Amino acid sequence: MDLSLSEDQLTLRAAFAEFFDKESTLERVRAAEPLGFDQDLWTKLAGTGAVAMGLPEDAGGGGASALDLVLVAEQYGRRIAPVPFPEAAAAGHVLAQASAAELVGGVADGSTLATIALSPAHDGRLRLVPAGAVAEVVVALDGDRLIALRRPPGARPHVAPSPNFGSSPLADWPLDEGEQTVLATGPYARQLHQDGVSMWQLLTAAALGGLRASALELGVAYVKARKAFGVIIGSFQAIQHRLADVVVAGDGAQLLAFEAAWARDAGQPDAAALASMAFLFNADCAFRTARECLQFHGGYGFTLEYDIQLYFRRAKAWPLALGDSRREYERLADLVYAEHEGEE
Amino acid sequence: MDFKDVDRLAEYRQGARDWVAEHVDPAWAEQQRVSGSYHTPELHALLAGQGWLGAGWPAEYGGTDNDPDMAAALFEELDAAGLHLDGWATTKMISNTLLHTATEEQKREYIGGALRGEIIIVLGYTEPDSGSDVAAAKTRSERDGDEWLINGQKMFTSTAHRGTHVFMLTRSNTEVPKHKGLTTFMVPLGSPGVEVRPIYTLGGQRTNATFYTDVRVPESARIGPVDGGWGVMHVALVFERSGGGGGRKSGPTLAERVAAWAQRTRRDDGTRVYDDATVKERLARIAIDAEVARLLGMRTAWISATGGLPGTEGSAAKLFNAESAQRQHWDLLDILGAEAVLAREAGDAPLTAAVEEAWRRGVVGTIYGGSSEIMREIVAERVLGLPRVRARS
Repeated sequence: MDLSLSEDQLTLRAAFAEFFDKESTLERVRAAEPLGFDQDLWTKLAGTGAVAMGLPEDAGGGGASALDLVLVAEQYGRRIAPVPFPEAAAAGHVLAQASAAELVGGVADGSTLATIALSPAHDGRLRLVPAGAVAEVVVALDGDRLIALRRPPGARPHVAPSPNFGSSPLADWPLDEGEQTVLATGPYARQLHQDGVSMWQLLTAAALGGLRASALELGVAYVKARKAFGVIIGSFQAIQHRLADVVVAGDGAQLLAFEAAWARDAGQPDAAALASMAFLFNADCAFRTARECLQFHGGYGFTLEYDIQLYFRRAKAWPLALGDSRREYERLADLVYAEHEGEE
Repeated sequence: MDFKDVDRLAEYRQGARDWVAEHVDPAWAEQQRVSGSYHTPELHALLAGQGWLGAGWPAEYGGTDNDPDMAAALFEELDAAGLHLDGWATTKMISNTLLHTATEEQKREYIGGALRGEIIIVLGYTEPDSGSDVAAAKTRSERDGDEWLINGQKMFTSTAHRGTHVFMLTRSNTEVPKHKGLTTFMVPLGSPGVEVRPIYTLGGQRTNATFYTDVRVPESARIGPVDGGWGVMHVALVFERSGGGGGRKSGPTLAERVAAWAQRTRRDDGTRVYDDATVKERLARIAIDAEVARLLGMRTAWISATGGLPGTEGSAAKLFNAESAQRQHWDLLDILGAEAVLAREAGDAPLTAAVEEAWRRGVVGTIYGGSSEIMREIVAERVLGLPRVRARS
């Protein structure tokens, strides 16, 4: 057991903390709304190698570990950066696994923005693809085929975005528009897609962890400054105890994301279950934290002027991309409590 | 980072199992359950006699050559066999405290006696009017010549009916702020004026209220300085809250047993319990909570193992662990349905009433060893830097 980060990991984390602090200020986040995409930030992020770092070295990537990606995703979430980092990293991972050399090359050199459709195609289209409004390539499951849909690059958004409360660049992709490549078929196709979704869950978990930490900072700063009945509201037990609960759960959420990354890197058999746990628990903690901190802002929390609403909306919207969390809990139960015939 | 759960005691497990098979009377666990007395004198004497209580302790105070890892494996195996060692748990806690706070003579007397199994120490902090506010203790200690006179009452002095000494927090000075007028003593439970009355609990455990009327103890029974008891208590409370953690217990968890039950059990309408989406969701949430509790415990253990003092981290782990355990029990009872209420004595309780027993036992988890409210206060104050809610006294 070792819960410390290596020197390299600490350096990586510090570098991306600095990058997002500088490049993804809340002014930039607001300016990128409602689409939720900042082309300049995306170009710069690709320039740091963050999108390619998780790809294998022979595919032009950096061969970074899942834990490295999680450290970057945490910083990305802390600044709710208007770029699709978890989606691009997960899509790149699937393309590399499927040996789609040409497409991987574009992802690795930053020229192609790829994303992953979390739900399979239905009625000839992919519904509400995360980053679908700005991506050139979508990796998706169509029946038992894993496909890549490609559109020619152009000014973003390429595809009409679907306005939404998360300011996420969501869009539908009809299957008959764009150039289609079959990457894999049969059970292997499903397996690759599921692994991509699992990678997305892991990075989204870390991003939600970063979001949660920032929302908490805002909330704590506010309750330390705001006075009511002659005292700062942070001296009220009703506020202190609720904040303490989200701090403790948040500590656990971060450890869970780190453990899930470690499990993926170490090839542990429960890596997929841990990614699902990390996703569900971080989603829950991020929303609870943002909700409590918004509540403690009183009437100001309801205004668009105060920043807490930026976190509150995304805390609910990011995990919703995968659909109703209750279905994911059910899937997780089957992973954890595998059925053994004849046992007590 | 490395989250691998290496079983440090793996090579001792079989030996510990063999020891238990050879020495433990299977009736003991049932006797403990029925009586609520979580201390079996024969077992305690056996462990002391074979040197297991003294494993790892300094030789000058009665430590033995027994392998401390084997002793640890043995204690875990006894726990797995359903045996509580409450008498040893509090005796060990206070012996550790004495190691830091007592005189040489006291260490030799009390620790030596404890490791030989002759001295069993119970805790006397809580009173009828003070629990979380432990420094508000009112039990009086007054000097009388070469002796001290003790008068008052202590609550939840578990194992007092089997113990030899109570490690007691008393009020020695009423003229100073409450933290500055406390003194600690080792009070022999056999002294004239000591009365022990049983208190029965929701969890099935028997504890006690103890009464002290003009109890005389010698000056040599005083631990630490006069009016310096709060400093001694600081040490004692660290040993109370720094339990282990982070390990995976062997055998299926309660939730895994309920899941297996749900997979083989059909409801009246013929549907399988496990196929109910709300059942799966609750079981999945329990698995996540359990993993988070394990990780927070692991963090505490890791900080200790790397030379740190897990202060707020220990409070965080204690809070999440106790609260999530209760949530788990409530859900598991619901999943078992109407039969969940059945006691073991019913004969046909699901999982031999394991869930209902865990549920009742778990009630105290959020209360003792620092209540959830105190843990939240510690986190709010020391992690978030929020101002103390109540006035300092």
